[in-house]
Order: sequence, then C-alpha cells, then structure tokens
Amino acid sequence: MEAWFALLVGIFFTVAIYLLLSKYIIRVLLGVAILGNAVNLLIFTGGRLTRGVPPVIPEGADALSGPAANALPQALILTAIVISFSFFAFLLVLAWRAYEDLLTDNTDEMRVAEPEEEPAPPLGY
Amino acid sequence: MAVSTSPLADLSAALVLEPVAAADWLVILPVAWCLAFGALLVMLRRPIGLHPFIAVAGLAGLVVIDGLLLQHVIANGPVTMVMGRWLPPFGIAFTVDLTGALFALVASIVAFAGGIYSLADINDSGRRYGFYPFLMLLMAGVSGAFLTGDIFNLYVWFEVLLISSFGLIVLGSEREQIDGAVKYGFLNLVATTLFLIATGYLYASFGTLNMADIARKAEGLRGTAPLMTLTTLFLLAFGMKAAAFPVNFWLPASYHTPRVVVSALFAGLLTKVGIYALIRVTVMLLPLEREELSFVIAAVGALTMLVGVFGALAQSDFRRMLGYLVISGIGSILAGIAVGGPGGIGGAIFYALHSMLVMTALYFASGVAAKLGGSFSLSSLAGLYRRHVGFAAISLMLAFAVSGLPPFSGFWPKVMLVKAALDIGAWWLAAALLVTGFLTTIATGRFFLLAYWRDAAEGEGATAEARIPAVILLPLAALTLLTLGIGLYPEPLLSTIQNAAAGLSEPSSYLNSVFPGAAR
Repeated sequence: MEAWFALLVGIFFTVAIYLLLSKYIIRVLLGVAILGNAVNLLIFTGGRLTRGVPPVIPEGADALSGPAANALPQALILTAIVISFSFFAFLLVLAWRAYEDLLTDNTDEMRVAEPEEEPAPPLGY
Repeated sequence: MAVSTSPLADLSAALVLEPVAAADWLVILPVAWCLAFGALLVMLRRPIGLHPFIAVAGLAGLVVIDGLLLQHVIANGPVTMVMGRWLPPFGIAFTVDLTGALFALVASIVAFAGGIYSLADINDSGRRYGFYPFLMLLMAGVSGAFLTGDIFNLYVWFEVLLISSFGLIVLGSEREQIDGAVKYGFLNLVATTLFLIATGYLYASFGTLNMADIARKAEGLRGTAPLMTLTTLFLLAFGMKAAAFPVNFWLPASYHTPRVVVSALFAGLLTKVGIYALIRVTVMLLPLEREELSFVIAAVGALTMLVGVFGALAQSDFRRMLGYLVISGIGSILAGIAVGGPGGIGGAIFYALHSMLVMTALYFASGVAAKLGGSFSLSSLAGLYRRHVGFAAISLMLAFAVSGLPPFSGFWPKVMLVKAALDIGAWWLAAALLVTGFLTTIATGRFFLLAYWRDAAEGEGATAEARIPAVILLPLAALTLLTLGIGLYPEPLLSTIQNAAAGLSEPSSYLNSVFPGAAR
C-alpha cells in the first residue's frame, strides 16, 4: 500500500516541479498547489497507512489494545493544508495584481525591480 | 510507528502534574507577547495614530523579556516548557538554549530599532495597510522560530513570519514592489515547502518531531534511515531561506523594493532565521551528516561569499548593493558551519548576530542617504559628508564593520572563522573569507568615496531635506554604538557564544531539560 502511495507522491512531485519550471505565473501557481498536495500525501504516507482501526480507546480500557491508525500525520496535514491554502490564495491575488500592474504574466518580462539596462557604477569622479 | 518505542521515554513522568515554575513562563512569553500586541493592533483599525506608540512600547517590552530570558538561560541552562503539559516527546515543546536566546535577544533589539525608525518612515497610508500589526506578527514568528524545540512547530513559525513578511513587502503596492514580491513570494514558499518535505521524511524515519528526541535517536537510526538525504534536503531548504549561492536569486530581486525599514528588518531577521534553523538541524540534530557534507557546505559558503561581494561591486544602487552584502555575510556563516568545532560554530553564531545588527543599520543608513541626497543611485548621490558629518562618520563605521575591520563587531567573528578554517587545513576557505573581506572593503569604500566625499554638482539635491529627524538618527546611532561596543569589548558576548556553541555540539544539557532524568 505504501509503495503505491509513494509512486503517487512521486508523480505529484514530477508534475509540480515541471509546472514550477514554467515562465508563466499561472502555471507556477498550479505547480505550487500540486506541490502542497504532494507534501500532504507524503506526510500521510510517512505516518504509515493502517486501514479500519481508528485510534479509539475502548470503553473500560486505559490504553489502545492493538495497533491503530496514526492520528498525528492527520494533525500535521491539517495544519499544512490551512497554511498552503492561505498562501495559495495570497499568491493568486498577487499574481493577478502583477498581471494588472506589469501587463504580463511572463516572469522573463518582469524586470521592473531589476532593470536590464542598469548603468554600471561610476568609475571615478 | 509514530508511537515512541524508545525505552528512554518514561511514561510515568507524563502523569506528574506540577505547575510550571513562574520563571519558565518566560520561555513562551516573547511569542505570546508579540501575538497579543499584534491582535490588539489588528483590532484597533481606526485609530491608526496610536499604532506606532503601542508597537514601539511592545517591542521595547520584547527586548526586556528576551534580555530576562537570556539571563535566565545563562543562569540555569536550557529551559523547557510544554504546551498543555503533554510532556515530550508527545506534546509540542518550547526549549530555549543559549543559541536561541541570543538570537531572540538580538532580533528583538533589531526590531525595536526598526520600530523607532518606522516613526519617520511609515506614513499614514503605510499604517492603514497594517505595517505595525504585521511587524508584531513577524516578530512572533521570528521569536517562535528561535525558541521552539519541535521541528514541525519550527515550520509553523516559518510560515507565520513568511505571511507577515508578504504583508510588509507589498506595503504601498507600487509596481516595483509587486514585481519583487512575486519573486520573493514564490521562491520563499517553495523553500518552506522543501522544509516541510524534509520534515515529512524526518517524521517517517524517526517517528518523532521533538528536536531533543531526534538528537538522541539519530545515533541508533544511522544504519537504517536515510539521514544523509534528510540533511541534504534540510540544507537545500534552509539554504534557500538564507539565500545561499545557487538559490539566492530571490533576495537581490526583492530586498530593495519595499520601504527602507522593511528592507532593514528583512535583512536583519529573515535570512538569519534560515541560518539559525540550519545551525540547529545540522549541528545539533544530525552532527555526523554535517561532517560528511562539510565540503559541500564549505564550497557553497565560499561561492556565496564571492558571488555576494562581486554582485555588490557591480551595483550602483545603495540598497541593491546591500542586498548582495547580506548574501556575502550568509556565505561567511556557512563557512563556519562547514568547519564545525567550537571555533567554526562559535564564529558562525557570532557572525550571524553581528550581521543582524550591521545589515539593519546599513539599510537605515541607505534610507538616511536617500533623504539627504535625494536618491539611492551611486551616480547621483554626492556630497553627503558636507551635508551631515555625523551621519558620514556613522556610515564609515558601518562600512568598516561589514568589511570585518577592527575595532568593530565584524572583526572578531572573522578572526575566529579564518583561524578555524586554517586549523583544519582548509586554506582555500580562509582565503575566500579574506578575499571577501578585502572586496567588501573596496565596494563600501568606493561607495563612501563617491557618495560622501565627491562634491555635489551645483544646485543638485537642493530640494532634498537637509535635516534628518532624530527618530531616524537615534536607532542608527544606537546600532552603530552597539557594533563598536561589541568590537571593543567582545569578551562577555564571546564567552556566551562559546558556551552556546558548546551546548549545540554537546547537547546533553538540552536533552536533560526536555527529558529530566532520562539522559543520565
């Protein structure tokens, strides 16, 4: 089971990195979204997959009786989902603003902050 | 797998419910304090005139709290506090050792100076955009990152400071800022995601996220777990946050675009959080892997130094030159991490603290220069010496400090780093450090020559302000005096740093603080 999930995570990472390498902001954004999901799946798989045994202590007992599903990765993923979603929302708005202000979504043409034709520092007085 | 199987984890201790000692509340106080002030400022949306005073008072309080915390740690060794009495390794632990307390204190001093500087730099529109709430929340993230003892919690604090920094970098929403923020935002998000990937693998192989637990389990897992892969991933992630050479391009693209005070705080705080995390993970948690990777780290460090300083030489904009000098400083710190040992790690910590103070002060100076000379550009800045002699003197001192010349704070860490590099026979690393210092002197010296000593053309810059407000000069002068003070009398700081470095390489007192009685 973990092996198949590892393969799936690998595919997610491949797609995410391919999209992140693009020049166009909108593709990079999609790459960021997929990258976040790839990491969530990775943490989920890293916590080991156990089916059908929720970590619930039976009545009258003080501890879990046998092996149970790991609850911690789910807490970690929940945190990571909230964070990556809010970042995605911020970057989406930022990309839109950049498109409105800079009139391009091609990162090669975004040279306002670093102009290509900048003069070298003066050599003397 | 996640359930701890270590025989050292004493479960009966988790049932003891003693109240936390009052002094231990100091551990969490910096974070809680900043969050409370941030929340208060968010609620006070209307009376923006009050924002600066509340925030400056909050930051002054933060300096006091961090000072008390450092004193407490010096007196009592590392201190641990756990959330909700879920004792480690189960709950989230905040563990402060000397390194964390030192970084937190210097960060709060830098933020306090920034808070005062902002009184003259952030106008009403900047306040309405929420500069002060963002500043307090940024400090919550920075303090949390320095004080936490849990690696996933470290990731959360990274994200807290990252989202606050997004708010600060787009403050004003000018075209340049949007451009810089796009590069800053995307690349930093990728870096923190890489950190999360590494954390996921770490959890999969260790079954724990508590730093002390990781440190003591690493020995037993060395044969089976892919610790080298983990360390390399952490190196890449933190290197990207710290702007180390092959992954440094987001920094010069963005650091010169926001308001001066925002650039100053970023230069002083953000890259140093990345460096702190790298020191924590590679030196304390995975020391053998750091040794294996030391050549890679050293090569990256040397290249970062040289790329940074060559970039600085090629710039004609004051702030962009400073951005490259930040990168160059990161290279020196990486060199210390690569060399290791008390000299290397101590030098790295010392250099990081020095760089926090000096880079912030230099960005302040760039703001003052622009106010006096009307420009950031080297081709039009001139005659600053004639306009304000005191400011010129401060700038010269800072230029000496960043180049690592005596008698300023940059000199001692550089001596430590060069000596440590020569001691292990890495002459090329020592040479890179010295060449970098020399080239930095040329870059800053040329700047001083052109912007300060060159006479201004007739009538040029006549419209610019001739006087600078005291709230701007005060933090600049205070940071410069601190640099001079550390340079002239380094002994107390130096011995504290040496203890901090020793505590990182031999973390038995850190482990004892998290697991009382277990690490006998």
